[in-house]
Amino acid sequence: MKYAGLLVMPAGFFLSIAAILLFPASPQRTAFVVCGLAVEAMGLVVAVRGHMQLRSENR
Amino acid sequence: MTPLAPMPFPESSFALTLGLLLLAPLAIAGIALVNTGLGRSRSAAQLLLGSLVVISTAVIAFALVGSALAAGTNGDHLFHLAGKAWNWAGAGPFFLRELGGAAPRMQLAILFELLSVALVVLIPWGSGADRLRLPAGAAIAAVMGAVVFPLVAHWTWGGGWLAQLGVNFSSGGGFLDGGGAAAIHALGGVSALAVVWIAGPRKGKFPQEGLSTAMPGHNVVYVLLGCLVALVGWLAWNMAGSLLWLNAAPTALAVTAVNTLLSAAAALVATFSVTRIRFGKPDASLCANGWLAGLVTSSACAGLVSPLAALFTGLVAGIMTPLLVELFELALSIDDPSGAVSVHGAAGLWGLAAAGMFAPQQGQFIAQLIGVSTLLGLTLPLVYFVFWLINCLLPFRVDPDGERLGMDLHELGGNAYPEFVVHRDESYR
Repeated sequence: MKYAGLLVMPAGFFLSIAAILLFPASPQRTAFVVCGLAVEAMGLVVAVRGHMQLRSENR
Repeated sequence: MTPLAPMPFPESSFALTLGLLLLAPLAIAGIALVNTGLGRSRSAAQLLLGSLVVISTAVIAFALVGSALAAGTNGDHLFHLAGKAWNWAGAGPFFLRELGGAAPRMQLAILFELLSVALVVLIPWGSGADRLRLPAGAAIAAVMGAVVFPLVAHWTWGGGWLAQLGVNFSSGGGFLDGGGAAAIHALGGVSALAVVWIAGPRKGKFPQEGLSTAMPGHNVVYVLLGCLVALVGWLAWNMAGSLLWLNAAPTALAVTAVNTLLSAAAALVATFSVTRIRFGKPDASLCANGWLAGLVTSSACAGLVSPLAALFTGLVAGIMTPLLVELFELALSIDDPSGAVSVHGAAGLWGLAAAGMFAPQQGQFIAQLIGVSTLLGLTLPLVYFVFWLINCLLPFRVDPDGERLGMDLHELGGNAYPEFVVHRDESYR
């Protein structure tokens, strides 16, 4: 689960990069970059949950 | 505002920057003191000696290999996408071969980066306190100094793709990071997270039942003295960074210094108030964390924003830091003795975003968000993977017997405080 989260995070990064390539106008670009950051945050949450799960199993 | 663009850099600026860079190591000394104070007494000597070891290893690795990747030259490694050139790595000479003949500004840039790499590696080292082995710390420092830091430094300071977001995609002045909030602190923070994930918590930190065990730092005087020492270094660091990477005029440096101090002061007041409200009394080590978080946000903002905005960003960092430290420890089971993930990671990312919000240039916010996205979405997984590989070859964590004895006795054969009576640790019963 932790690795799944860490794999999702680069997807958010590529979404942010896609934003600057695809949208020249500022509002859409900002929205898309924020979406990219949200995907990264989701990946981070999954990675943290995975870490917590592993820790409770190893107790 | 491309970094290291052929801007005029008179001799007076050279002398001023050099003088400031000679004061900057005080920030490193401050962080080392804070890390040591926040660790346990039976690991104090190993922590402080380890600070010297990781700094030395990282500086040598950067000088031999990393400086080539960090440098901004005409022959940098590029790839082309959507009609734009993406400069992803430098192609300078290895072993600092041409340093003596380089332009004065380039020489100062190398010195700045050498000091930066020394600070970067201290951050994960502090987070791994009380269980991270010295050889593993040195291996982490070598990889950080040779590859990871140079890449991020090139992207932000060496004319890399982040710095060129302004030219290529009309995003303000490109990604701006005058004092190293990205290349030093956010990178250090995500590395610290990777280290604590891989090394795991200290023995007895999270018992099978109940809340986590409090393991307070062994010397709060070191911690608070470290904060004061770090302030001097930070002032110098931010001013030198403004001259080098933001092309600031020497006459603008007073504002940078004022912003640095305001940000730290606001953060301290906020943390003091938050801990006073939450616990009934202010918490000294959390206040130290808040102070440092304010300094970290100033690394991003001090050269770009107004004093009022610097005060606001520091205030937010000061409120956020103690809450995050608590969240990481109590809710997320992350054992980070120095609080580096919150202090350097979260505050660094917040500072970078805030710099975009309050900077006067149009489109700067997007450039800063892309930088934040890169640090979180690309650098964290990359660093985790690299550290995971190192851990397979050279285990991070000391064996249980070593952890019971303490890192000083186990790795150095003697305690930091040989005349003190060491009491039995309740967590090993």
